[in-house]
Amino acid sequence: MSAVVKSPGFHSAEMQSMLYLNGVTKSFDGFKAINNLSLDIYPGELRAIIGPNGAGKSTMMDIITGKTRPDSGEVRFRDSIDLTQYDEADIANLGIGRKFQKPTVIETLTVWENVELALAGTRSVLRALLHKLSSEQADKIDEVIKLVGLKAKTNDLAGSLSHGQKQWLEIGMLIVQGPELLLVDEPAAGMTDHETMETAALLKEINKDHTVVVVEHDMDFIKALDSKVTVLHEGGVLAEGRLEVVSANPRVIEVYLGR
Amino acid sequence: MINKTIFERSAIGRLLLADKAGRYLIGVLLAAMILVPLCNLLMPAGSFFHIPTYVVVLLGKYLCYALLALALDLVWGYCGILSLGHGAFFALGGYAMGMHLMRQIGERGVYGNAELPDFMVFLNWTELPWYWYGFDSFFFAMFMVALVPAALAFVFGWLAFRSRVTGVYLSIITQAMTYALLLAFFRNDMGFGGNNGLTDFKDILGFSLQSDVTRCVLFALSALSVALAYILCRAIVSSKYGRVLVAIRDAESRTRFMGYRVEHFKLFVFVVSAMLAGIAGALYVPQVGIINPGEFGPINSIEIVIWVAIGGRGTLFGAVIGAVAVNYAKTYFTGAFPEVWLFMLGALFVISTLYLPKGIVGVVNQLRERRAERNATSTPEQGAQS
Ligand SMILES: Nc1ncnc2c1ncn2[C@@H]1O[C@H](COP(=O)(O)OP(=O)(O)O)[C@@H](O)[C@H]1O
Ligand SMILES: [Mg+2]
Repeated sequence: MSAVVKSPGFHSAEMQSMLYLNGVTKSFDGFKAINNLSLDIYPGELRAIIGPNGAGKSTMMDIITGKTRPDSGEVRFRDSIDLTQYDEADIANLGIGRKFQKPTVIETLTVWENVELALAGTRSVLRALLHKLSSEQADKIDEVIKLVGLKAKTNDLAGSLSHGQKQWLEIGMLIVQGPELLLVDEPAAGMTDHETMETAALLKEINKDHTVVVVEHDMDFIKALDSKVTVLHEGGVLAEGRLEVVSANPRVIEVYLGR
Repeated sequence: MINKTIFERSAIGRLLLADKAGRYLIGVLLAAMILVPLCNLLMPAGSFFHIPTYVVVLLGKYLCYALLALALDLVWGYCGILSLGHGAFFALGGYAMGMHLMRQIGERGVYGNAELPDFMVFLNWTELPWYWYGFDSFFFAMFMVALVPAALAFVFGWLAFRSRVTGVYLSIITQAMTYALLLAFFRNDMGFGGNNGLTDFKDILGFSLQSDVTRCVLFALSALSVALAYILCRAIVSSKYGRVLVAIRDAESRTRFMGYRVEHFKLFVFVVSAMLAGIAGALYVPQVGIINPGEFGPINSIEIVIWVAIGGRGTLFGAVIGAVAVNYAKTYFTGAFPEVWLFMLGALFVISTLYLPKGIVGVVNQLRERRAERNATSTPEQGAQS
C-alpha cells in the first residue's frame, strides 16, 4: 500500500534489469494487442521503441504502469517487483513515471502548480491538506521548470501553453516525481522539427540519471537519440538492435519503414 | 493596525486576503446575522426598517440552501463529482434534527404519550425503536446530524470510487440512492413518520420554535454556518489537497500516474460535503417546522445542481449566490405564477449551460474584465490630458 518514493539512481551492482517483460500477452475481445512480448531494459539504459500504429506500444505502457492487467506473462521492475500486483498509484510511487501519448497536464492549474503536484512526497490526503512547501522543494520546482525551458511561463495556466510546451511540462512533471524509470509515449508528436531535436536532447540529458524508455514514430528523433531500438509489430518484438542494423532488416522494412 | 497584522498572520486571515469575493460574502453574512434580527426584534412593525418574521424565516431557509449549494460545489466544482443525490444528505441531517425535536415534544402530543411520538401511537406501537434511542439528547442528535450523512457518504463513496464509477454513471447511482431513500422513508414501518414525516415541533433547548427570538437565533446560526462553511471550503480548496482535487477533476488518470490515490481524495471530500449538507438540513428543519420524505425527491437534488450551475461552479461564492438568487426567484414565481416555475427553472438551466457556462459569477467577471480593458486603453489619453 504505502510504497515509498525512491530517489533516482541505479547503483546497486546486483540489479540485472530495471524492467523485464517475459511472454506478456493481452487480448481485447479476442484480439491480441500484446502477443508473447519480451523486453529487457538494463539500469541506466535509453531505449527507443518503434512500430506502426496499433503495434501495441501504448498498451505495453498500460501494462507496465498498472492501467491494464496482462492475461499472462511476467512484468518485473528492479528484478524483484512483480508489477502485475500493483495499481497505478502504487507503481508511480515505486518509481515508474509515465508520459502519455496525448499530453496531459492539468490545464486549469499554473505551470508551477502542475510541477508542485508531481513533486515527490505528500501523496496522502491528510498530508496534502496540511502541506507546507519547504524552500528546498520550491527550489527543486523552479529548477525543473528551468530545465524544461518554461521559466518565462511559470505562472501561466498550463492550458495556455503550446502543444510542445505541454509535452515539456509533462516531462518536467515526470522528473520531479523522482522515478527511476521513465516511460515516454510519443513525446515528439505534433512538434516542429526544432522542438523535436530539443526534446531528443532533453531526454538524453534526463537519461544521465534515469532509465528511459521512449516510444516514437519520428525517425529523425530516433536517430538523434542514438540508442538501442526495439521494433514492435502486432504485439511482439520484431527486431532489436542499433537503428542501422534494425532498419536493414527486411521484415522491418516490409512492415514499417518501407511503407 | 495591530489587529490588521494579527489578521494577516492568522491562517484564516491569509486565506481571506487572497479572496476578495469571499471577504465580501463573509461581510454580508455577518452583517445580516446582526442586522436582520435587530430589524425584526427592535424595529416597530410599521417602521421602514422592520423585517417581518416570515421574511426572517425565508431568508434563513435561503441560507440553508446556500450551505447545501456550497457542499455540492465542493465536490462538483472542484472534484468533478456530479452528485445528483445531495438532497439525501440534507434530508438525513434534517431527519436527525427532526427526531430530536419530536422527542422534545414529550407528552404535549395529541395523544399525550410521553414515551412515543404521536405517529407511533397511531400505528399502535408500544415501544420506541432502538434507532430512536439517544435522540432525546441534543448533543447526541447534533452528532448524528453530521455522522449519519457522513456514514452514508463513506459507504457509498467507498464502493463507487473504488470501483472507479465516474461521470454519468456516478450521477445516476446518486439519483438512485436518494430515490431508494425516498421510498424507504415513505414506509410507515421504517419508523420515521411515513409520508407525513416529522412535524408539530414545539421547542428547541426549551425555546419555543414559534417565538421571534428563536427564529432570529436560528437565522443568525444559519448565516454563521454559511460563513464558517465557506471558510472551511476555501481552506480545503486552497490547500495542496484542493489542487489535487482539481487535478482529479481535469485529468483523473494522470493524477493516478502521479501516485495519488484518487479514491481516497474523492472519498474525503465527499464525506466532508455530506456532513455540510447534513448540517444544512438540520438548520432547515426547525425553521420550516417539518421534514418529510419529499426532501429525498430526485428533483430536489437536481435543483441543487441548477443553483450551483447558475451561480457559477467551482467558485464557492457562486454557489451561495446561485442558491439565494434561484430560491428568491422561486419564491416570487411560485407565488405569482405557480404553474410556470418548473419550466422557468428548466429554461434557466439550459440558458446558463449554453450561454453562461460560468454562471452569474462568470458574467460579473467578464464585465469587470471588459471594464478593466476599457480603462487600460483610455489611460494614455488621460495621461496626455494632464
Ligand atoms: N482498451 C482497449 N480495448 C480494446 N482494444 C484496445 C484497447 N487498448 C488498445 N486496444 C487495441 O490494441 C491495439 C494496440 O493499440 P496501442 O497499444 O494503442 O497501439 P500503439 O500505441 O502501438 O499505436 C490497437 O489495435 C487498439 O485498437
Ligand atoms: Mg500509442
